[in-house]
Amino acid sequence: MPVGEKAGLPRGKPLRDAFGEALLRICEQYPQVVVLDGDLGNSTKAETVRKAFPERFLNLGIAESNLVGVAVGLAFCGFIPFVVSFSSFLLCNAYDQIRLGVAMSRANVKLVGSHGGITLGKDGPTQMGIEDLALVGGLPTCTILIPCDAYSMYKALEQAVTHEGPFFIRSSRYAMPRVYEEGSSWEIGKANILREGKDLTIIACGLMVACALDAWAELQKEGIEARVVDLHTLRPLDRAMIVKAARETGAIVVAEEHLLHGGVGSNVARVVAESYPCPMRFVGLEDTYTDSADADELLEAYHLTSSDIVAKCKEVLEAKNVARKGNTISSSIPRS
Amino acid sequence: MEGMRLSLCELKNLARELRLDVLEMTTRAKSGHPSSCFSAVEILTVLYFGGILRYHPDDPWWEERDRFILSKGHAAPLLYAVLARAGFFPRERLWTLRSLGSPLQGHPVARILPGVEATTGSLGQGLSVGLGHALAARLRNVSYRVYVLLGDGECQEGQVWEAAMAASHFRVSNLTAIVDYNKFQETGPVAREMNLEPFRAKWEAFGFYVQEVDGHNIEALLEAFAALQKVVDRPSVLIAHTVKGKGVSFVEADYTFHGRALTEEEAKKAREEILCL
Repeated sequence: MPVGEKAGLPRGKPLRDAFGEALLRICEQYPQVVVLDGDLGNSTKAETVRKAFPERFLNLGIAESNLVGVAVGLAFCGFIPFVVSFSSFLLCNAYDQIRLGVAMSRANVKLVGSHGGITLGKDGPTQMGIEDLALVGGLPTCTILIPCDAYSMYKALEQAVTHEGPFFIRSSRYAMPRVYEEGSSWEIGKANILREGKDLTIIACGLMVACALDAWAELQKEGIEARVVDLHTLRPLDRAMIVKAARETGAIVVAEEHLLHGGVGSNVARVVAESYPCPMRFVGLEDTYTDSADADELLEAYHLTSSDIVAKCKEVLEAKNVARKGNTISSSIPRS
Repeated sequence: MEGMRLSLCELKNLARELRLDVLEMTTRAKSGHPSSCFSAVEILTVLYFGGILRYHPDDPWWEERDRFILSKGHAAPLLYAVLARAGFFPRERLWTLRSLGSPLQGHPVARILPGVEATTGSLGQGLSVGLGHALAARLRNVSYRVYVLLGDGECQEGQVWEAAMAASHFRVSNLTAIVDYNKFQETGPVAREMNLEPFRAKWEAFGFYVQEVDGHNIEALLEAFAALQKVVDRPSVLIAHTVKGKGVSFVEADYTFHGRALTEEEAKKAREEILCL
């Protein structure tokens, strides 16, 4: 069953197509935007700009380090460069250039990492960005956005242009279902509650948002009321939303299409540990690289489906109940 | 006025003063790379004070300024000394090099100090940033020039050649790379550790107009920069043959001075030698 169907979400277009369209709109609206390609424009869909604004589109060839350096120079001359490549190639090949030139220099460069996660599928693990959020998350000053559908992709690009400073935006090849209605509120650093619930909270980003909504529908049938939060901004993290989830629902499952180490889950866990500790579970990639296969097969094989989220939700609810009982017992023991 | 054009005699005197500034800064900071600064003193002196670069110290980010990017970021003390003498900030700030709260970081960080164009220190990155500035001039239809100073060892970084390929591809004639070819890198002679030769042929193969010069001869540098400004169809590179530690005999003779400052006693002797230049 396609992602989003259980939740009744409308089918969406591949996120990269949405990115290409959104980038074109951004270029029409903001003349200072230029697009820098690492010779993957046909794959990332940045090529929409090449056709419409050839003078504002530069293919720097297969040389990511130079690609980022050139963007830094352009940014310091008042342009707003969007640097577009696969997230794995961009972050792994040009990490030091991003570190010095973009993050440390607080340059107004917008990095777009396409093909994030495992759902690029058959091209295999060499092309997949499963460490990208950990890598970019390791760089102070960089705002990190993880859109989950066409609408949020446009909002992410628009806000990247109107906010000064380094940005990383994650794109994907997967056809993500529509989560947001036109006109919905979507702001940097403000996570959105998509479904209310009191029993537990599922915090998700990217493709896992639609999976979480599917899980919400499954859980509802069993009488479990889950809150679903789209944590689309990894930095600045919406601490208040996380604390609220911990305090009000007392159990949290975090789902991401990324390694469990250093991604969204570990960042959320730190906030929970510091504020209102509660049972947590995590859906993501264990310490492993994946295979080449069809995207949906991979999601299933590596436990990134709504059923996996449901299973973790049940686990976390049990842990919550055990903890509550434990508290009741211990508080009933008379103090000597 | 835009920039500064001093006489030959004044330039020579200033080069001596800059060496003394670098010596004092790094000795006070008890760290730094004075020998890597000394090899580039005349190059920066000519650029900033010989009428090559156009700049306004009181409007440091003037859109049409010529850019200078210090890709060999470990020569930061020299850049700071030059910027102070050019009037970008008071000279007293030089003595805060490498101390807490000072914008005079061990290696340059972009824009935290007037005149510092790029964050460098991890080698290989400056030419790409310079190319970005050079392309911006074309997109904006303004006519500044961009100069990027590279170390010789730095040219072992692949990114330098990525940038060179792209600069040539885009035919940016307003970009000039300068290589401070002092023949030594951190651990020894360049030719022994990782040979760059045939160096001129490499740049030519990448489509650059190449000129070589004695990097300590002020007149020759003035002529070379003037000649490079006339190249209109491709990027250019000035290979400046220099001496690491130039001006201080015992530093010139010992490449292990690369990553360290002089002791108080060594500095005293160095000062006497520099004053005789």
